[in-house]
Amino acid sequence: MTDDDTALLDVNGLSLDFGSPRGRVHALRDVTVHVPKGRIVGVVGESGCGKSTLAFAIIRLLAANAEVTGGEIIFESRNLLELSEKQMRTLRGLRMSMIFQDPMTALNPVRSIERQMIDIQYRETSSQAGKRRNAVEALARVGIPDPENRLEAYPHHFSGGMRQRICIAMALLVEPALILADEPTTALDATLEVQIIDLLQNLQKDMGCSVMFVSHHLGTVAELCDDVVVMYAGEVVERGTVRDIFNNPGHPYTQALLECDPGRIHEPTRHLPTIPGNVPDLVGLPTGCIFKDRCRHAFDRCHVERPPHHRTGNSHTAACHLREEGVETGT
Amino acid sequence: MAVSDTVHDAEAGVRGPGALSQYWQQLRRNPLGMLGLVLVVLMVGSAIFADLIVPYDATQVMAGPRLAPPSWEHWMGTDQLGRDVLSRVIMGGRVALVVAVAALGAALSLGLILGLIAGFGPQWLDNGMLLIFDAVRAFPVIIFALAVVTLLGPSLNTVVLVVAITSIPIYARVVRTQTQSLKNNEFILAERAMGAGTGRILGVHILPNVIGPLLILASMDVPLVITLEAGLSFLGMGVRPPTPSWGTILNDGFSYIRNSPWPVVAGGIPIIVTTLGFTFLGEALRDIFDPKLRKDL
Amino acid sequence: MWIYIARRLLLAVAIIVLAVTLLFVMIHSVPGDPAAIMLGPRATPELIAALHEKMGLDQPLPVQIVSFFGDLLRGDMGTDVFTQRPVSRIVFGQLPYTITLILTAIAWAALVGIPLGCYSAIRRNTLIDKVTGVLSVSTIAIPSFVMALYALLIFAVLLGWLPAIGAGEEGLWDHISHLILPAFAVGVGWVGYISRIVRASMLEILGENHVRMARAYGLPESWIVFRYALPLAILPTVTVLGVGMAHLLSAAVFAEVVFARPGIGALIVNAVDARNYPIVMGTVLVTTGLFVISTTIADLINAMLDPRVRESL
Repeated sequence: MTDDDTALLDVNGLSLDFGSPRGRVHALRDVTVHVPKGRIVGVVGESGCGKSTLAFAIIRLLAANAEVTGGEIIFESRNLLELSEKQMRTLRGLRMSMIFQDPMTALNPVRSIERQMIDIQYRETSSQAGKRRNAVEALARVGIPDPENRLEAYPHHFSGGMRQRICIAMALLVEPALILADEPTTALDATLEVQIIDLLQNLQKDMGCSVMFVSHHLGTVAELCDDVVVMYAGEVVERGTVRDIFNNPGHPYTQALLECDPGRIHEPTRHLPTIPGNVPDLVGLPTGCIFKDRCRHAFDRCHVERPPHHRTGNSHTAACHLREEGVETGT
Repeated sequence: MAVSDTVHDAEAGVRGPGALSQYWQQLRRNPLGMLGLVLVVLMVGSAIFADLIVPYDATQVMAGPRLAPPSWEHWMGTDQLGRDVLSRVIMGGRVALVVAVAALGAALSLGLILGLIAGFGPQWLDNGMLLIFDAVRAFPVIIFALAVVTLLGPSLNTVVLVVAITSIPIYARVVRTQTQSLKNNEFILAERAMGAGTGRILGVHILPNVIGPLLILASMDVPLVITLEAGLSFLGMGVRPPTPSWGTILNDGFSYIRNSPWPVVAGGIPIIVTTLGFTFLGEALRDIFDPKLRKDL
Repeated sequence: MWIYIARRLLLAVAIIVLAVTLLFVMIHSVPGDPAAIMLGPRATPELIAALHEKMGLDQPLPVQIVSFFGDLLRGDMGTDVFTQRPVSRIVFGQLPYTITLILTAIAWAALVGIPLGCYSAIRRNTLIDKVTGVLSVSTIAIPSFVMALYALLIFAVLLGWLPAIGAGEEGLWDHISHLILPAFAVGVGWVGYISRIVRASMLEILGENHVRMARAYGLPESWIVFRYALPLAILPTVTVLGVGMAHLLSAAVFAEVVFARPGIGALIVNAVDARNYPIVMGTVLVTTGLFVISTTIADLINAMLDPRVRESL
């Protein structure tokens, strides 16, 4: 990531709360993510860390009880948080599109694929036939066999993997600058996952759009992404290129995650490593570092002071006191 | 809702202390429910104490004017025979109450028994009974009622019988479902292993779980029961004159509607008040006891 | 598709057989001689015997039932004791009036109820939503014959705007003006019921994933409501109306009595009064058939609207 690359999407210090009967849930705290043009950025973390919330915050489709309490989302030089709903609608499905997690429920069951794919082109001035042609082409590109005839079918005629391909076709059909992919392979089995990831990779290369790929699966992220952002309990704890993160993880959480990944275990063992402890309660937040209760390197400063991001490489930062310059970096 | 979780564990049929006051608190917060409660108390009270509050004898033909509009002597006017309409309305409430209690009581008891049989019995019996329940419920009530009246002749008893029969399937179904789901529940099996008889299982486990939904259903059923009685009486197929029933008041008023609108108005009012009251109360109760039953939110 | 129709027919036959058998059993378990009861206290023994034979009452029960079905298959539902006319002719002659009434009631209930429910879902918890909610519950609770009486009283008797009696004679407008009040009375409870169902459906659907995805593509909100959500939300309404035919028939009976309209409701009430068994039996049969047909039609409409159902048929 050189300084020349203008970021397509700049999330700066985004903080977001959800209202709940127990009190305000601080789902996102001071989250900063940069998605440069033409790059695939992975957002990785365990369930509940806020990665999906981040994606929905960007496209501004959060639930009614969500409230942004700080920060900005700069997309193509505009702060999305300041736009009206009407203005956001001009961006959605045009400059940015989204792929959802569960393909089985993402498509309207009583409208044909053709109708739905033509609907999303509603802003185009081309003819109905032209839009239909675009749809057929898009389906062919994602590998749907016999797209000309299958276009008239309904979602329930397709398997889960096929439906996700259709959703990807739709996301690309509108030729967006940014695709938000919210765990698109989580609901699919492993073989399908590989296919879909391959597909995404090739299509992104062809189209040159940026992708924000949200996932909890490290292997997939390593395979697909150029840059990676690691999130934990609503905060970004580390960011860098995929090489930085996977070869030289700077944050103890990232290190632990990698240790726990079964794909990295080479010797037969009876014990799968885990991270002891639980994710903290996001209503009453602890002071200091968010990971301190589960970190084996935690020391007294960690309990008091929230660590800022420290540079550990060219474009690599980690929010850990241990990474402060001058501090001995032991693993 | 978190509050009710701690004091009312429907799964195990366990009710903690203070559950009743919790329910009362919740009811108080529901304005329609409170209104319903007031109306129900009003109607049931006036039915029970009918003898004490009637201004005149409901069946007594008076010497005064016929079909008179409301006045200080006759708050709801008089009917075509000069009888005081208000008195007839109040006594009609008693008839409605009797029918409701008798019919629902019979329906609940029989429904309970049939539901238990269906739940505990062999699968084929269950299937057969379910089919019959659905068929009875699906049938247009009034047509069925009229058919029975054709055979047995109009009377209060016929009305009670018809109403009871049409209500049984609803209750039987609920009991059957509960019985079936509990039958194979682990703690039931454990009890059986320890030698608990069917009676104990019935009394301790099935009944407490069933009573709640049954009572809610019953309270929602009262408007239907009253409507059916009034409807049949209106058609001349219910209670026999001179017994006053809201339906017969309406029938009389209908015949003389061009002479005076008041009997029709008067006969309709108690029906409206009672059905609204029980419906509002029933909905509020259902919200309190099982929000899951609510089909819209 | 044909399997489905065959299944439906089988169900219809089963229900009718059940209903008729029940009726026969009931008739014969009642004390007294049906023929004697029908002819009244002044009948002579000869008349009673003649009717007996005519109705085949002296034959064993199963034979009676079988011969009844035999006749039924030939379209013969027996003869009306008093007028000697075939029952089927009498009942089917009155049927169109009732069907017109019921269809009109359904039409106006759906035309008002669906938009109301849709609006309540979109403008949730606003004043209109709450008021509609209370009114819905109220109109469902209040019996339709009370509504009919009050409507008659206010609009026909006191204000004189609309006719009070009959189905109208010549001219379309005459028929329509005679339909207005009865259809109002029969349908008013359904407006509330339908609006509640549509509201609940809409709220559920608007929270589903596919709606979120449609929004993610910036589709206009009007499309989301009317093209994506509402078609799905209406589906339960169709089923409910199909099953609700029973309730609608009951309401129609009262409406026909109150407004002195011809129809099978009026027919059966008079027949019950006169203990006219053949007519009562014929009417029960026809209403059972109506009910089965209406649920079948509802299923077919559902299939038209929902491709998933189409496949399973």
